[in-house]
Order: sequence, then C-alpha cells, then structure tokens
Amino acid sequence: MRRFREDTPLLLAVYLVKNTPARRPNGAPAWSRVLIDLAQFFNTVFNGLSLSSIILLTSLGLAITFGQMRVINMAHGEFVMIGAYVTYLTQKLFLAVFPESLFSVYYIVAVPAAFAATFLLGSLLELTVISRLYGREIDSLLATCGISLIFQQAARHIFGAQGVNVTSPKFLSGGITVGGCTFSYNRLFIILFVALILFAMWFLLYRSNFGRQMRAVTQNRPMAKCVGINSRKVDNFTFGIGSGLAGLAGCSVALLGSIDASVGQSYIVNSFMAVVLGGVGKLLGTVLGSSVIGFSGIAAETFVSSSIAKAIVLLIIILFLQKKPQGLFTIRSRALDE
Amino acid sequence: MKKVFAVVLAGGLSLAILLGLTGCGGSGDGGSAGGGDSVTVGLLHSLTGPMAISEKSVRDAEVLAIEEINAAGGVLGKQIKYIEEDGASEPATFATKAEKLVGQNKVATVFGCWTSSSRKAVKSIFEEYGSLLWYPVQYEGMEQSPNIIYTGAAPNQQIVPAIEYLIEQGYKKFFLLGSDYVFPRTANMIIKAQVAAAGSETVGEEYAAMDQTDFAAIIAKIEAAKPDVIVNTLNGTGNVSFFKQMSEKNYDASKYMTMSFSIAEEEVAAIGANILKDHLVSWNYYQTTDTAENTKFVAAYKAKFGAGRVTSDPAEAAYDGVYLWKAAVEKAGSFDVDKVLTAIKSGGISFQAPEGKVVINGENQHLSKPVRIGKVGSDGLINEVFATPSPVAPDPYLTTYDWAVAANIKPLE
Repeated sequence: MRRFREDTPLLLAVYLVKNTPARRPNGAPAWSRVLIDLAQFFNTVFNGLSLSSIILLTSLGLAITFGQMRVINMAHGEFVMIGAYVTYLTQKLFLAVFPESLFSVYYIVAVPAAFAATFLLGSLLELTVISRLYGREIDSLLATCGISLIFQQAARHIFGAQGVNVTSPKFLSGGITVGGCTFSYNRLFIILFVALILFAMWFLLYRSNFGRQMRAVTQNRPMAKCVGINSRKVDNFTFGIGSGLAGLAGCSVALLGSIDASVGQSYIVNSFMAVVLGGVGKLLGTVLGSSVIGFSGIAAETFVSSSIAKAIVLLIIILFLQKKPQGLFTIRSRALDE
Repeated sequence: MKKVFAVVLAGGLSLAILLGLTGCGGSGDGGSAGGGDSVTVGLLHSLTGPMAISEKSVRDAEVLAIEEINAAGGVLGKQIKYIEEDGASEPATFATKAEKLVGQNKVATVFGCWTSSSRKAVKSIFEEYGSLLWYPVQYEGMEQSPNIIYTGAAPNQQIVPAIEYLIEQGYKKFFLLGSDYVFPRTANMIIKAQVAAAGSETVGEEYAAMDQTDFAAIIAKIEAAKPDVIVNTLNGTGNVSFFKQMSEKNYDASKYMTMSFSIAEEEVAAIGANILKDHLVSWNYYQTTDTAENTKFVAAYKAKFGAGRVTSDPAEAAYDGVYLWKAAVEKAGSFDVDKVLTAIKSGGISFQAPEGKVVINGENQHLSKPVRIGKVGSDGLINEVFATPSPVAPDPYLTTYDWAVAANIKPLE
C-alpha cells in the first residue's frame, strides 16, 4: 500500500478548484468562471483554516496535559463548556451593570476571565483528584470521565437544560467581503487569536525557564526530579494551563453557536483525534493534526454530505495510524516506556 | 503510543457504558393507572441533550394543562399525577423510558417525544403494550399508528401550504437544508415533488448531523447554488449555529430568505430576534394568535414559568393533547386505553384550543387545524402574514394531492 501523503488536503483543494462545477450565467466570459472558482477556492481554504484553528484551540490544552502527564482528560470538553458559560456570564453582568455603549467591551473582559476561571478550576482538580492517580492511566481516565459528567450535570442545574446564547460584540459581528468572498470577523478573530495563543505557548514551552522544566518532566520525570525540578508544581501549573486553554476555546466557540451543558462534547472528539494524529509532546504535531482534520473535513464536505464527510475524515485517520501509530511527531527519548 | 491509543479507545467505551448507566434514574412512584383517587400519566421528553432546547417548553405546557385540569376537578373525578422521564435526545433512551412507563409504571397514557426518530423508536412499544401516546409536534406524515394521537400538524397542514405560499410569492429556486434524520429527509422528499410539480427548481439539498457546530461548508454550498429561498428543517441547536454563522457572513432575510419548520418562539428567543428578523416560519399557532383561549393560555404559561417565557406551536399542541385526552376519557367513561381509542374512533373529540377549535379525525388520529404562515418580528414574536380561512383536514399520506400521488412518496423507516 502506498504511504499516506501528508499533502492530501492540498491535493483535495486543487482537485476542488479544477472540478467544482461553477454555476454561472450562460455565456459569461471565461475569466468570470476563473474568478468564481478562485473565490470558492479561497472560501474553502478560509473555512478549512477556521475549522482547523477551532480544533487546534480545543486540542492544545489536551495535547499539553496528555503529553506532560499521560493523563487522558475526558473532562477537557467540560472546561471548554465552562469557558463558554463564563463568557455568557460576563455578557450578562455587562448587560446588568454597565451602560449599553460599553457592551462590546464584555468580550475583552470575558477572555481573561474564562482563562482565569478554568485555570483555577483545573489547578484545583489536579491537586485534589488527578495528582493521586498519576501512573494509573485507566483510573485517571475513569475519574476524569466521572468529573465530566459531574460538571455537565452541575451546568444543567445552574443554567438549565436549555442552551443559552452569546451575542457577538459589535466589532466582531458581520464580516468583510473581498472579491465575492465574505470573511466573517468572528472567524478572522478566532484564527488570529489561535495564532497568538500558539505563539504564547511556543514561547512558554521553548523559550521560558518554566517551559524547559515542563519539557524536562515530559521527557524524563525521574531525571528531572534528580536535577531539582519540583515536578509536583510543574504538573499542577501545566494542568492549569491546559484547562485554561480549554477555557479560551470555550470563549471562542461561544461566538459560533449555542452554549449548553454538552457543548464541550461536540468538540472533544475532534480534539482527541487531532492529538492522536499529531503525536504527543510536540506543538507542531498538534498544529498539523488539527489542520489535517480541519481541512480534510471541509474539503470532504464540499463534495459529499456532512455525515459522510465525518466518516471520510475518520477513515483518513485510521489509515494514517495504521502506518504511523505514534502520530505525525514523536519525541525521541531513551525512556523505556515508549 | 499504541498503548495510549488503546487507552483512548477503552476510554470511549467506558464513557459509553457510564452514560448508559446514568440514564436509569427517574422518579419512582408507580401505582396502576386509574386506581385510587388519582390517575397516573407519563411525560417523556428530552430534558437534556441537543433537543432539550425545544422539548422543555412542550413538557412545561403539558404540566400546565395537567395542573389546570386538576384545579378544575380532574378527569372523571380523579386527580392526574405524572411520572416524568428524560429521553436525553437519544431514540434508544426514549425506547427504554417508554417501556418503563408503560410496562413498569403502567401509566394511563403518555405525552411525549419531539423528533420523529424518537417517535419511531417508541412506536412499536406502544403498539405492543396497547398503550396510548400523544405526540405534540408537526412531523413528516406517512404514519398512522393506532396507538398514537398526532396533535401537531400533518405535512398538508404545515409543509405543503408553506411551499404553496413561497411559490405564490414568486420564489423559484429552493435550497433544502435539514438535520440528518427521518423528518427532514421525508419532508424534503415531499417538498422536491411539490416544487417540481409547480415548475420550480430544487438547487441543493444538504443534511447536517444533529450535533454539528460548523456550517461553513454548507453555507459555501448555499452560496454556490444561489437559491431564492432556503427551506430549513434543521432541528435543535443546529439552528443556532446555522443562523449565527449566516449572520456573521452578513446574510439576512433580504439576501437569503428562509422558511423554517422547526423554529418557533422558543427557538427565536434562543437564536436571537435580531438574527432571525423577517425570516418566515410555518405553524398552526403563534403566541400572537388572536383568540380568547390564547390570551388565557399565554397568561397562565407566563404566570407559571416566568414572564420571560414564550409559548409556541408545539407547546400549544402538547397542551391541547392533555385536554383532548381528558375529553376522550370522559366520552369513554373510562381510562382503559381500548375504550378511549374507541371513543376517539367514533369521532368528534374536540377542544376549543388557543389556535382555534381542534377536532381529532377518528380515521387517522390527526387533528384538523388552521395553517398560519408567520414572519419573525424584531421583538422575537412571530406575526401572521397568511392564514387559511378555515381549519385544514389532516391528510398524513397526502392522498388528496395529485403531485404527491404521482411522486409515490413512501415513508422512510
């Protein structure tokens, strides 16, 4: 069997441009068809980029906790949900307390608020539950799964079973039209936001002293302890960061749809797939994993129905993992447990 | 990593098992129906999951009707008690809970379901146990179970008149968008036949998964197809994502008009009136419907559930269902399902409902009801723009429409 080509999404996109039948008025000159094709192409690329960035945002935190602690955090989606609800609460607070002219500011406040809330909650969770289950993968998986159900039910209790809604701030509503293609401000914002977070994470992981400690613990925990790193503190902070990133993701997805107790569940499957596909412990792996899923999802959906598109994406992942069960990237280490 | 991947799979499996286990709660007071000085009925709706956004209001309307009837002296002198179960937006859970209600709790009747997949999942259970289900939502038709009373609209009381209205208004190119289950697929089969018979064109047909959150690719397909109108049969939270993502591309009713069959006042409140303004919907009832019964119903609903709540067509149909059951029981003089069904078959079971007088058709167990096309206003309420002068008789199999007979539309099972 041939190896899976990593540039498949690109090939699909090229195929799309070549073969999409453009609906055009009869007798229109050839160049207009090219323009329509181009507009559609950019639209597809933009949609793929947008979906990839949302998947990336929800999977970054997962990749970090998974890579660092070997904890499969089934409750990660619930942190997304909590971030979304914090955004909703901030909006409510602004509506109640501040004059309407300040309404749009709520989102700027909601972003750090969502991060802070989920960071603290994640840190607390690590301290009370996760830290007692290190090295017991199945146990921690079941525990986080239980926590996920508790969080969901708590949210239903507090906010009701019905979905709530966040109104986009003024500066993010609508979109900009360039040459027949509309780019929504929400999605442009999410793409930029993810790029910013990615940069911050890169800086934290690869340029800061703390990141060095984190990577040391990821690669060889006993050795890191030997050289004097407080691995408990590192673990706690890492889990907090991972949860905080999920909170930020919640802040973004709140703009795109309704928020209810199970909103995290609709994103978490893609996130797990992105992490498994990308390989553990490398930012670049998660970025590529998310892009493969996002772009192939959008490209497939352009040709077939969305249910079939999901199946196609899963098929791509299964085939890929047959060839490379460790994912796109792996950290080479001398540890024996790999 | 292979090990970790296996753990992920094991995790998924254990999650599924856990979710299955947690679905076993529910209230416990059983008691046989009709014994003592009370009669027990079952309420079976999704209180959690993507359908909860819609089904909560239906459940609330049923509770309101039960309390009103109890306050007025009950049915045949007995107070109504209810056992509530959560279908959790999963047809399989609906089936389990339905079996519990009719098998274990032996309730006199069940008011329940919203999606057609949940109704189809419980249908055989009601037929097997010889129990009775009151189904309150408009649906795709092509069904006539002897154990179900359909109090929502049949397709000729919602879909067909809506498409007729669109064609009369001069819309020519239709794009069909729906959730991926039996109602949208059957509804679209009907719509395609009707649109073709009128000489108009269906330029696209797309289905989204129930939990889909990203509609970018579907919107791109709509842009490519350039329709005059989008006929929307999305259900649940998909509507919020779809309309939000349309509005973020600056598309409003003047650019792409939509006609929705599952967006009522509740959904407008959840999606946002500013986003849905001027879009069309088709129902038999709106909160703004001008009847004395409706004024009373809206006031009672708001007094019980909060001034911010809105009434809607399915909620009203569910409310009617409870009163129609009362009327049928009183005519039969018994809570026995067979006797109640005989009373219904004899015809003439009616209720002066908020939407106007509704009558159960003894043959097909659907209601005759008026049809109203509405437009969403900026206040989140829906205003009538067209109404049939008199109630429309139910025709679940569309046997009185030549184009439908010619297209030979078959039920999807």
